[in-house]
Amino acid sequence: MSEYSANEMMIVSAARALADARSVLVGVGLPNIACNLARRTAAPDLVLIYESGVLGAQPARLPLSIGDPTIVSGALWTGPMPDLFLYILQGGWVDAALLGTAQIDRFGNLNSTVIGSYRSPKVRLPGSGGACEIAINARRTMIITRLTPRTFVPELDFQTTPGHRKKGTTGGAADMPGFGPQWVITDKALFWFDPEHGEMELSSLHPGVEKDEVISSVGWPLKVARQVDTTPAPTTQELQIIREELDPEGLYR
Amino acid sequence: MDSKVISMREAVGRYVTDGCSLAIEGFTAFICFAAAHEVIRQRRRNLTLIRMTPDLVYDQMVAAGTAGKLVFSYLGNPGIGSLNAIRRAVEQGIPGPLELEEYTHFGMIGRYIAGASKLPFFPLRSFIGSDLPEVNPNIRTLTDPYGGEQISVVPPLNPDVAILHAQRADMQGNVQAWGILGVQKEVAFAARHVIVVVEQVVEPEVIRRDPNRTLIPGMIVDAVVHEPYGAHPSYVQGFYDRDNQHYQDWDRLSRDPAELEQWLDAWVYGVQNRREYLEKLPPGTLEQLKPSQALADSIDYGEYR
Repeated sequence: MSEYSANEMMIVSAARALADARSVLVGVGLPNIACNLARRTAAPDLVLIYESGVLGAQPARLPLSIGDPTIVSGALWTGPMPDLFLYILQGGWVDAALLGTAQIDRFGNLNSTVIGSYRSPKVRLPGSGGACEIAINARRTMIITRLTPRTFVPELDFQTTPGHRKKGTTGGAADMPGFGPQWVITDKALFWFDPEHGEMELSSLHPGVEKDEVISSVGWPLKVARQVDTTPAPTTQELQIIREELDPEGLYR
Repeated sequence: MDSKVISMREAVGRYVTDGCSLAIEGFTAFICFAAAHEVIRQRRRNLTLIRMTPDLVYDQMVAAGTAGKLVFSYLGNPGIGSLNAIRRAVEQGIPGPLELEEYTHFGMIGRYIAGASKLPFFPLRSFIGSDLPEVNPNIRTLTDPYGGEQISVVPPLNPDVAILHAQRADMQGNVQAWGILGVQKEVAFAARHVIVVVEQVVEPEVIRRDPNRTLIPGMIVDAVVHEPYGAHPSYVQGFYDRDNQHYQDWDRLSRDPAELEQWLDAWVYGVQNRREYLEKLPPGTLEQLKPSQALADSIDYGEYR
């Protein structure tokens, strides 16, 4: 078995989770490599959608941002951003979306706005961008983030983007056309959400990772699925595509 | 018809006044740094800066002390990291306090659409289960009068001035653009005054031969500025690529207020106009940013007499 990095494990896990998606709203960085890997492996017909207003992109290089000109050249469609948000996203044509976050709670609610208080933050983060409406309108979302106690917190400093339950309550599900978060993909393990309570559960450990290591990185008493799998390691073919075609400079190695 | 073509100095001097609200839009593409630098040079103050993604362009304007308030939806250096000057203003009040009015992308889009179409508000499926309405009272909910469900609404946004960059326009300001179109059309129709900045000024016949490519009609445009490479270090589809080295350098130098000030002295205050800025770039920069060709097929509109 070849050596691989934590990032490569995350990229491969996200790409495999897109196997049954028809369209995906792509983020920059790791999600971008994951979506392009999925198109070359598990989901050859996957339609790449960028919130900047591009559908059916075939980027010839690793895009520097979600508005890189390489996603326009060779795409199937490009248009004003209102068309993308109104007809494609709110119209229900986005199957899956990949989101990053600074904090996540047990129901998959996300904070990408501030650390500390909103009015006088310790760290001012980027904010929602499209994340809030993407989480609400995409059929399902996947969250990609490293597993650390700073990220997996019992209570968010600010709730930017809704998950399965509103902050601090276990009441009714947030009123969303989509099904909400489906997977949380980290460098150590995969988590899914129990369909009854919408709470995060440890579903699969990456090769060589111990269960206790994961439990101690999460800021609440973590639920563990009845059967915890071992995530299959990246295949030679997957690693070859990432290293030779998608990220030849190793920016995300 | 009279030409609307004027210099950047005249355009900014005439329309951008102290205390006004200004939208220099362009989603990653078509970001008119040339206009922002002229606003800084003319030392405008207390502006309300409106833009979905403040990007380097507003990081520079905030650092230079032009802004009192920011209306936005995503604060980042795209693909690189943070906007360090804006973070300093928000976290430490340096160089001065900066008021924030924050939305999501869809929220900003809805505000521009309502502003452009003279609607009292715009309904959208967002903000449910988010804390944003708690910190921004402009984000409200209404009951759907037909079905009874709760729906989020945002109010119209009508900037005093919009400055938009594109590939080409004629002297009347009929603008043709291709690539990432962002909210250029919406903000143009929403704004009280519109300045368009283009790589090429073309004959009206060029526009008329391809009316589907016209994004903004000259009827709503106040001024046309011919400023090649006016969007550097962002990009213009088919003309030049993003100067990513510049975005990376900014991330480093903007962490230190003194170094940032030196940069403004050299690249903004220390030049008279965009031409002098371009001459200062390392030799070969612009040639390196030029993409190779990828032509579309031409189409036939037909002649109907």
